[in-house]
Amino acid sequence: MSSTSTAPHSPAAQRPATVHRSPTAPPRSFIWTRRVLLTLVLIFTLVPVYVMISSSLKPLGDVAGKFSWIPTGFTVRPYIDIWSTIPLARYFMNSLIVAGAASVCSVVVAIFAAYAVSRYRFRGKRVFTVAVLSTQMVPGILFLLPLFLIFVNIGNSTGLSLYGSRGGLILTYLTFSLPFSIWMLIGYFDSIPKDLDEAAMTDGCGPLGALFRIIVPAAVPGIIAVTLYAFMTAWGEVLFASVMTNDTTRTLAVGLQGYSTQNDVYWNQIMAASLVVSVPVVAGFLLLQRYLVAGLTAGAVK
Amino acid sequence: MTSPPSPEPQSVTRGSAAPLLLESTSQLPPAAGGDALKSGGARRPRTPRIPDRIRRGGLPYLLLLPALVLELLIHILPMVIGIVMSFRGLTQFFIRDWNRAPWTGLHNFRIAVDFNAPIGEALLHSFYVTCAFTVLAVGLSWLIGTGVAILLQEDFRGRGLLRTVFLIPYALPAYTAIITWAFMFQRDNGLVNHVLHDQLGITDKPSFWLIGDNSFYALVIVAVWKSWPFAFLMVMAALQNIPRELYEAAAIDGAGMWQQIRKITLPSLRSVNQVLVLVLFLWTFNDFNTPYVLFGKSAPEAADLVSIHIYQSSFDTWNFGSGSAMSVLLLLFLLLVTAVYLIFTSRGRKSADV
Repeated sequence: MSSTSTAPHSPAAQRPATVHRSPTAPPRSFIWTRRVLLTLVLIFTLVPVYVMISSSLKPLGDVAGKFSWIPTGFTVRPYIDIWSTIPLARYFMNSLIVAGAASVCSVVVAIFAAYAVSRYRFRGKRVFTVAVLSTQMVPGILFLLPLFLIFVNIGNSTGLSLYGSRGGLILTYLTFSLPFSIWMLIGYFDSIPKDLDEAAMTDGCGPLGALFRIIVPAAVPGIIAVTLYAFMTAWGEVLFASVMTNDTTRTLAVGLQGYSTQNDVYWNQIMAASLVVSVPVVAGFLLLQRYLVAGLTAGAVK
Repeated sequence: MTSPPSPEPQSVTRGSAAPLLLESTSQLPPAAGGDALKSGGARRPRTPRIPDRIRRGGLPYLLLLPALVLELLIHILPMVIGIVMSFRGLTQFFIRDWNRAPWTGLHNFRIAVDFNAPIGEALLHSFYVTCAFTVLAVGLSWLIGTGVAILLQEDFRGRGLLRTVFLIPYALPAYTAIITWAFMFQRDNGLVNHVLHDQLGITDKPSFWLIGDNSFYALVIVAVWKSWPFAFLMVMAALQNIPRELYEAAAIDGAGMWQQIRKITLPSLRSVNQVLVLVLFLWTFNDFNTPYVLFGKSAPEAADLVSIHIYQSSFDTWNFGSGSAMSVLLLLFLLLVTAVYLIFTSRGRKSADV
């Protein structure tokens, strides 16, 4: 009996009218409650997405006037104009470089750290994991001010421009996702049998050889999930981006504000740009979300 | 074939809630479907650790070094400097060389907690606002996230699609989502007033949402919209670890849907909830993106969160000393709450997961 219900439910097993119902099949009232509640949440979730899409296709006159569910005018003009109203391409490039570099570096660093914690016993292991995780708790605002001053001072004394540069932002962002990445990768590495890398080491691989030949390939889904998380964190960050960037290094998070001028707010262009900026991230996330769920199941949620 | 009705389903989850660093899989009975999900379900033999692996060498430290250096450089060092700064009168005159800023002792703190003076009063007010905001936003996010995860636990047509769609708010970059909400909350051309006033006739005139008292609710709604999918994601992952056999056994014993949820699902979520609520609390309490993108540099009084309050008082008046003092107070408060929370939630449990 248990074999039938662990297999994916056949449509017949779900239909409440069938005589032989699976013992775990939900009652009819539950199905209706479920439909109603899920519909409500679905509307709540999707309304902003709909607004974003529909408003991005309206002429300026329409978005400036009363809101309408169905666009009366239809134009792709905003998608052309967004590139010239503000230097969107440059902001896009900045965001891509910053988020890309930060996520790759963060994952490499996290792989080493997680490998150490997962495969070695050493003094201070527990302290390390707790300490790294607890940095998550520090309000960003507390180290924003000192970091700003450190960067400015380093720049003044050495000429190394961290403040206002992409490098400074990359450095900052890569530590943001680090604790969670390490945490999740530890769980992932733990789920890879130790015999595998031990066997590799007996066969003459060094510890790093075992890491890169055995563990990393086996943990690819976890690594993808963590990279994605790191990328999303950097792509969406606002606070540090608003303080640590200047005209040339501005990221999308700050740059999009440029669509509001003194006289007009180009809502259609804002929505079009938001959509353009979001689509790569959302698509990547939705494609790879199964890895994230698997990673959470293996690591964080234990 | 079916395990005996288990009145104590926690025992299974307890096993899997063992600290991350220990061998937790070996504690699970082979029948528990939970560990079959963990990548391939390969089971570790219970041989003692090979002493070879327990090297006393420096390799693990070397591997940790990059992470340690980065955390020290970007988190710990600035934090220490921030604490030192809070004892100094650091204003715009000393930005270039903050070592020259005069030592003012507890002056910054005294001003921050002088609730009869304007600065202290404003800080206290924003603290209250933040607390109310956090309680509401975390509570609602947790409730919706858990509820939806439970509703999606059973397989039905469209489940996969819903699961994907519900993750969109989490996947969207925060600022694009918040900008869209800001547009929806516009008084004259926004969707919210259009629905409430024009279509449903609930309000007798279009109301302001981004200024005045309503701004608090606007803030809560946006925060909940953004963070409930994270709760959903975590709970969903946790639910996949509950063995199906438990539900079947309970159903055969005549336990109804509701009873199953209460006796099996919710107890199994205890360890994930412990982490989830804490993480949501910290994120929400420190949230900067939502008010900053929704309202700009100065939030309306009803939605003046501490983080933006500190940002504004630091960067607009260039008084970093008092900004730091406020940040330190914020950190102390968060430390206190976290400690109390961890003590309370781990009471009766051998180990906390964090």
